[in-house]
Amino acid sequence: MAATDTRTPTVVVDGIDVEYRVFASGKAAGNQMSLASLKPKGVSTYRALHDISFVAHEGESIGVIGHNGSGKSTLMRSVAGLISPVKGAVYASSRPALLGVNAALLPNLSGARNVMLGGLALGYSKAEVEEMYEDIVEFSGIRDFIDMPMKTYSSGMSARLRFAIAISRAHQILLIDEALAVGDKDFRQKSQERIRQLRDTAGTVFLVSHSMKSIRDVCDRVLWIDHGRLMMDGDPDEVIAAYEGKA
Amino acid sequence: MTVREEHLTTEGLSAYAEQAGLERVGARPKLRRYIVEAWRRRELAATLASYRIHAAMGQNRLGLVWIVLRPTLLALMFGTIFFVILPNSSRPDNFLPFLVVGVFVFEFFSASLGQGARSIINNQGLVRSLNFPRILMPMATVLQRVFEIIPVAITMMVIVALSGEPITWNWLLVPVVLAIMAVFNFGIALIFARLTVHLRDLTQVLPLLTRLMFYSTGIFYSIEAVLADRPDLLALARLNPVYDYIALVRAQIVTGNSQTMEMWIVAVAAALLCFIIGVIFFWRAEERYGRD
Repeated sequence: MAATDTRTPTVVVDGIDVEYRVFASGKAAGNQMSLASLKPKGVSTYRALHDISFVAHEGESIGVIGHNGSGKSTLMRSVAGLISPVKGAVYASSRPALLGVNAALLPNLSGARNVMLGGLALGYSKAEVEEMYEDIVEFSGIRDFIDMPMKTYSSGMSARLRFAIAISRAHQILLIDEALAVGDKDFRQKSQERIRQLRDTAGTVFLVSHSMKSIRDVCDRVLWIDHGRLMMDGDPDEVIAAYEGKA
Repeated sequence: MTVREEHLTTEGLSAYAEQAGLERVGARPKLRRYIVEAWRRRELAATLASYRIHAAMGQNRLGLVWIVLRPTLLALMFGTIFFVILPNSSRPDNFLPFLVVGVFVFEFFSASLGQGARSIINNQGLVRSLNFPRILMPMATVLQRVFEIIPVAITMMVIVALSGEPITWNWLLVPVVLAIMAVFNFGIALIFARLTVHLRDLTQVLPLLTRLMFYSTGIFYSIEAVLADRPDLLALARLNPVYDYIALVRAQIVTGNSQTMEMWIVAVAAALLCFIIGVIFFWRAEERYGRD
């Protein structure tokens, strides 16, 4: 029972359901669209998460696994407070920061300007971002391209930059969505090092990945999500074995 | 096979979270706290606005020149068309400066409305990946317009001066009118930014609405002259705040246009009312943005 647990909880996810409104663009849906009723029938709701509950504690790093479209990223967005659940709630000791591959900042702007905007959006002042700028660029390892528009970056480059921006702040709760998969070996090692540091300073890290190796390397607990439901929650080796056995 | 070590009832978990001092994530803060937080992060809106201007203009060869070139060409086009089709008698006095002020000031409104309305749906990437008060997005679009209106207003005044209007102390009131109008525009942008999130179809109707406003606000004709024998309609047209902002700017720099106390009252009251309603209306749906 969590209530008898002596560890300090950082994130409590309490029975959340998440729904997406989907704008159908098919011909059939378009024909069904009725102006008279003013109810757009082309819009349907899709339940992405179904009654998910768990508690995360200080110093835990939790892997999240599941096949494509199972709801892993949606879960991360809900924990970050970017999507509000239709049922249930997420509680956290501090504002969780989400770092995802798809988090396009502003593609027309240079890497340098995205560093500034990302820093400001994380809550820093302009002066603070300027102070950290060198470290962020150094960590990202893409100094040569920092003045080019972000849309010209490869997916690996932009993921590195985003990771560098997000990690610049000492977040207590960090959610990492596939960001490690795209980097090269050096960068992965550097990032994993950083994640371990964070975990050791009583932070909580969530890591979404399809790479069971990086999950095993960093995580001490794994959640398996399937079709929006929490299938399993526990020891990495056990959960991964069950997941791979099923796949 | 479902393994849940910490299986608890719903009430159990939320009570546990509360007992541990955790706060609900993504909960809409109280209005006061929301405004304080947005104000603290205002640098984000300002920086985004100035970067956007550079990015948008960087793609064109003439770059920033387009900010003033576009309304100038627009005024030129309307000037030519209406000079040809409107009979001499129905054209207001000092037609060129009258029209230029109308077109330039209306652009300030229509751009704030059009882009403000899209400020949330066009920034889904940012809204979905980072946490910040969403009000900063419409604020950034309106700020972008405010930055742009500075060279636009200067161009407008140069054209008006070149057309032979005398330069008076009243010209100093133009920035005052535009500042009040910016507050009004911000309120409108906030209201429509939320409405478009609920009803995407609105983006289709908006250009129509803008066009309707354009023709009914008296950009190229004098509402007073056209509606002279319909005092009821005239009173209604004068209640349109956009008309008041344009009329007030004209009254300062184009001879033959007068201002009344009533116009100033409508201008200030509409700005304050729109701003307050806009902020509250937008804030109430804070948790909703980014969900679809």
